[in-house]
Amino acid sequence: MSDKEPLFSAKNRKLITNPLNAQNPITIQVLGICSALAVTAKLEPAIVMSISVMFVLVFANILISLLRNTIPSRIRIIVQLVVVAALVILVDQILKAFAYEVSKQLSVFVGLIITNCIIMGRLEAFALGNKPWQSALDGVGNAAGYGVILIIVAFFRELLGSGTLTLPGLGTLNIIPQAFYDMGYANNGFMILPPMALVTVGIIIWVQRSRNKDLVED
Amino acid sequence: MKALRQYLDKIKPNFEKGGKFEKLHSSFDAFETLLFVPKTTSKTGVHIHDAIDSKRTMAVVVMALIPALLFGIWNTGYQHFLATGQGADFWPMIGYGAIKVLPIVIVSYVVGLGIEFMFAQLRGHEVAEGFLVSGMLIPLVLPADIPLWMVAVATAFAVVIGKEVFGGTGMNIWNPALIARAFLFFAYPSKMSGDLIWVSGMSKGEGIVDGFSGATALGEAAVLKSGEGLGRLADGGVYDLWNSFIGMIPGSIGETSTLAILIGAVILLLTGIANWKIMVSVFAGGFIMAYGFNLIGANELMNVPALHQLCLGGFAFGAVFMATDPVSGARTDKGKYIYGFLIGVFAILIRVFNPAYPEGVMLAILLMNTFAPLIDHVIVQQNIKRRLKRVNA
Repeated sequence: MSDKEPLFSAKNRKLITNPLNAQNPITIQVLGICSALAVTAKLEPAIVMSISVMFVLVFANILISLLRNTIPSRIRIIVQLVVVAALVILVDQILKAFAYEVSKQLSVFVGLIITNCIIMGRLEAFALGNKPWQSALDGVGNAAGYGVILIIVAFFRELLGSGTLTLPGLGTLNIIPQAFYDMGYANNGFMILPPMALVTVGIIIWVQRSRNKDLVED
Repeated sequence: MKALRQYLDKIKPNFEKGGKFEKLHSSFDAFETLLFVPKTTSKTGVHIHDAIDSKRTMAVVVMALIPALLFGIWNTGYQHFLATGQGADFWPMIGYGAIKVLPIVIVSYVVGLGIEFMFAQLRGHEVAEGFLVSGMLIPLVLPADIPLWMVAVATAFAVVIGKEVFGGTGMNIWNPALIARAFLFFAYPSKMSGDLIWVSGMSKGEGIVDGFSGATALGEAAVLKSGEGLGRLADGGVYDLWNSFIGMIPGSIGETSTLAILIGAVILLLTGIANWKIMVSVFAGGFIMAYGFNLIGANELMNVPALHQLCLGGFAFGAVFMATDPVSGARTDKGKYIYGFLIGVFAILIRVFNPAYPEGVMLAILLMNTFAPLIDHVIVQQNIKRRLKRVNA
């Protein structure tokens, strides 16, 4: 790669846009499903989770990319784990200090970012073989691809399941007007249960693949 | 009839390839074959020719459901007037029931068939017949007071997520009607369980007679720890064996009358449409399990006599109409015995041990639907092994 390559060359832009659609970590690679099911009952935890994953993934990618020539390949997994674990502890402490309520809702799932397949997958597949800047972009792209799906799922689950939307800083907003409930509308309790998260992700996969036939596997 | 045939023949070219309404071919085909036995027969590959296609099959099942539906309509009215303490004749009861029940049937058919037609058009294949039965089963497993929009949502969910995503009729893993019921059960528990919803009008408190209980027999027996629940189940009680068998008890629309369901069962068995192996083994499994619990007798529901258990709740309905679904059930002969038996066992097990789910039949059938392919696989593999041994010996 020449030194003159601009920071946002077409190739580098692809690193961000690909994971949003054709290489989406959740709907195409089917990674990170467990946290997508666990934290999407409300919108706020899903947003916070996406930001946390983005923070961890971007910095882990940069650090591993910087170290990539000095890590002996035999112990690379343990080195990656140390880096990721350190970042996750950082995120966890920050959340506990500044967003205690959300951190309680996310509970173990912040800690479990360590085992999120997306992070190890990107470190192994990308950061170990690419320069820091590209690795950072790759981290942003994949975390955004993960976050978009999380937020879409959480939006529908909370809206249909509780009739509200919880946004960071704004608190819980009642979206479904009281008049609807008076007419006999009722919240769909099934949406809050984990099976419906799976069904919602399935529907997103369905819609995405019927719009882009190249993604359909045999 | 003849005029209709001539009319169909006249407009048919419009729907053939190259015709004006070529795109609507599957809809036309669906109506034509519904009205008349199709003239075409299979030309290759098939060696057994039968007079009956799947539309006729489905029609027979719907006919077998009619006794349960009619009884359900009457019982809805009967329970309502019993609860409000008004005396009423036969026809007002039927009238009240019809006003409550028929809209549910219509909503279920319109939504379900609408989605089926839409998918058939989009995918360019024939409209499959499966929903003719599901559309009748869905209303019969719901309480009469269920809001219509919930019926519509559940039907749409069952058809799209329960059936079309797997490839449509014949490809589904679970029974679509039970998917609809399970969806409502978990999504809107306040409309699907409890003591108030089983008798029409009761949740609104329309002048209920003092001391009248609208709970189902199972709900009551599960809640009352004293002997009181059993007392109502004993001879002369509201839920005694005779009442439960005839069906004059609160419950979902079509499930209360074991008698009406058995009439349907006879129709299905005489025409050879449902499989007797599954039916018999579901009842056997339930009876043996309930009898075993009678011997232990550790809680209220364990003490319900085995025969009585089979007449309560949706047991008979599930055994006759749901478990025998040829698509979602086991297909090997031995597998059918195992599949049916385990449905009976699990249904009673869930009833007895989980007071949150007084009705275990729905969950038992869905669970065994999931395992039916596995049962078949084991049976087939065993057969292969046995025959290989014979060849190698």
